[in-house]
Amino acid sequence: MRLEYFDMIDTVVTFDPSQKRIATRSTVPSASPVFEGHFPGHPLVPGVLLTETMAQASGYLLLALNQLQQMPFLMMVDKARFRTFVEPDAVLDVSAELVHEGSGYAATKARIAIDGKPICDAELRFRLMPFPADMRTLMEQRIAAIGLVPERN
Amino acid sequence: MSATFETVAGIISETCDIPREKITPQSHAIEDLGIDSLAFLDIAFAIDKAFGIKLPLEQWTQEVNEGKAPAEQYFVLENLCQRIDDLVAAKKA
Repeated sequence: MRLEYFDMIDTVVTFDPSQKRIATRSTVPSASPVFEGHFPGHPLVPGVLLTETMAQASGYLLLALNQLQQMPFLMMVDKARFRTFVEPDAVLDVSAELVHEGSGYAATKARIAIDGKPICDAELRFRLMPFPADMRTLMEQRIAAIGLVPERN
Repeated sequence: MSATFETVAGIISETCDIPREKITPQSHAIEDLGIDSLAFLDIAFAIDKAFGIKLPLEQWTQEVNEGKAPAEQYFVLENLCQRIDDLVAAKKA
């Protein structure tokens, strides 16, 4: 997990195309410029970055399900709940499931847990659009880096 | 049709914060009600869930952009409701 680069997902634990679910894992870094401001002497992962983490897990799920045919862009965050603080070195279990596949959009539910304890959850919605420029190549590299194998028909 | 319209009008009113009385069967979602594409996706999500269907928005948008169908065919509410009724009927068949 590299907070300042928005590189939030370390590895894919499981991807289940039939259940349309993904489980991923990330370790919060010991140090980051983000912690210098949030907060001095009391480092906590900002809720907005936990939301981004859930969005990225969902995004990878959608990319794998659609076999990188369309790029998901976060368009809505609903019912976000942040239940406890997340500190440096925490190991996050980040999971997401598809709850609705529309035409040109998709909805997921995502959550983060530490040692089985719920940390945060949200309902997210994504617009599905053609890949801009060379973003598809970038996404191929990133899903390979986290060990995700897209669904094959 | 009227039951479908009532449901759709309620969804649009709640989703876009538009007074219910301003929404009529002849309203054009984009030109009259000012609903943008992002908001329309929000409406589509609620319609999909309410009716158990999948509005083919990508197909409709492509048809309109390519001049194969007038926007009114899909985005005037009475026409939209007819499309919804057609999709519901097709699902039951």
